Amino acid sequence: MKKDTVLTQAIYKKSSLKHKVKLFKFFIHLSALLPLINAYYLAFTDQLGADPVEAIIHFTGIGAFNLLLLSLAITPISKRFRVSLLLKVRRLVGLYSFVYAFCHLANFLVFEVQFDWVLFLNEIIKRPYITVGMAGLLILLSLAVTSISLLKRRMGKRWQKLHNWVYLAVALVGIHFYWSVKSEIIEPSIYLIITLALLSLRVKKLTQFKK
Amino acid sequence: MPFLLHIGNNKFNKALTVLIKTPKSYVIKENEVTPENVYLNRRGLLKGLGFLGAGALLSSTSTNANADWFSKDEPTKFKTTQLKYKSDQNTDNLILTPEAKVTSHNNFYEFGTSKTDPVKNAQSFNVDPWQLTISGECDKPYTLDLDDLTKAFALEERIYRMRCVEAWSMVIPWVGFELAKLLKKAQPNSRANYVAFETLHDPQQMPGQASRRIGGGIDYPYVEGLRIDEAMNPLTLMSVGLYGKTLPAQNGAPIRLVVPWKYGFKSIKSIVGIKFIEHQPASTWNILAPKEYGFYANVNPKVDHPRWSQASERRITSGGLFARNRIDTQPFNGYGEQVADMYKNINLQKNF
Repeated sequence: MKKDTVLTQAIYKKSSLKHKVKLFKFFIHLSALLPLINAYYLAFTDQLGADPVEAIIHFTGIGAFNLLLLSLAITPISKRFRVSLLLKVRRLVGLYSFVYAFCHLANFLVFEVQFDWVLFLNEIIKRPYITVGMAGLLILLSLAVTSISLLKRRMGKRWQKLHNWVYLAVALVGIHFYWSVKSEIIEPSIYLIITLALLSLRVKKLTQFKK
Repeated sequence: MPFLLHIGNNKFNKALTVLIKTPKSYVIKENEVTPENVYLNRRGLLKGLGFLGAGALLSSTSTNANADWFSKDEPTKFKTTQLKYKSDQNTDNLILTPEAKVTSHNNFYEFGTSKTDPVKNAQSFNVDPWQLTISGECDKPYTLDLDDLTKAFALEERIYRMRCVEAWSMVIPWVGFELAKLLKKAQPNSRANYVAFETLHDPQQMPGQASRRIGGGIDYPYVEGLRIDEAMNPLTLMSVGLYGKTLPAQNGAPIRLVVPWKYGFKSIKSIVGIKFIEHQPASTWNILAPKEYGFYANVNPKVDHPRWSQASERRITSGGLFARNRIDTQPFNGYGEQVADMYKNINLQKNF
């Protein structure tokens, strides 16, 4: 009888956690997708400032960076405060960072240079701040592709090695932002400080990574 | 909730406050306990907090439209008045950039570094009284008051392309007079090889001058300069208006320079001083980043900015994201016929 209750309680606990994770994920979908859809709607209808192209590029760029930092803050926060719930949504937040970053690049190609492929490739190669940003995006792309559970299992140890590249990616994104502005360096500097703070929590991992 | 109440916008707060509790008359209002500059910049602070997470993503695009729901407390609007002028026939049939865009997309760091900051922060800008002094190497230095700016010289409309160094452009119907007329009146002497310009320095009115965070780390006042022949060129305009009315504050009221064959940053705004000088004057962006912004700053598709191409540009007119507006950039922004001669003896790659 007693055994029975413990079991049902455990099952109950487990299902309630599942329920919580689902709800939390739903919330993340909403808070990542709604602003994105809203921004595109305003930009398509010429309501996003005088230059919707610049506005949507900046919006998706800073959004990708915000989400990337958020995904990197999840591990230290969940460890510190012992909230395992957070870890269950880390992948989703990371994937949304990639979605925003992908939109950022697509905006540049489709709306900024307007399919002038020569100019597009030239800018990526010739402009160091774009080169750096592109490198960051390629890392995020490889992480997004390998994020599915099947590949994670198949890749074994190599998976973690690959996904440690996210630390390089976030550094590249920080430099990309800092390098892109004309003179207003305060905001990008704050981002760089946050980036370094999040990286400093992984000093051990990073030094092992080097070996 | 108190946090939300503190950072939110005034009217929105009031609505919330009513919902939650009616404040007693003795309760100190937030604007009485918050330093004025912090209070006035509360939305800037909110924006600054945007990096906190995805939930705050929207705040960085709170430009207009549905975001206005939170920001309808514009207290005053800068006053503009109708001008009398000879209109431009627009023989090139240029498509004008809509007035709403010309007046809401501005690089005027004195009022904030974001393109949408000036229209928000400049509405209470007071230009009366205003004094523009013309001095230096000349026989008859003089001063123009606010009234003189629109009355001392006959006004005409000039529809010009405006090419920003950031690779976007507009077409703007300016109202003004040739700078040459203003300069000749002062009778410059033989040492007047250059003309230096200076923007108003008034940190109390211009938040970007009071705070490096808002002003983008530029040393103010903003200064610019032209060679005397450039300044005397008939294309060089002193603008006192656009779209038939006096200049809005965010566009450089009450008087600004317009040099259509040069990148936009040469066209200095809200000018208080014009000085004839012997040697090449300093110019703000050149001081800040000499490898990126030259003294001449002639529009040149062959000389790229180190961080982006100048071969083409996006012409801002109407239309949203799908406006196919990328066009080739013309040497001297298409005004070569009138200005190229002035540069035949200098290397434009070096003197960019």
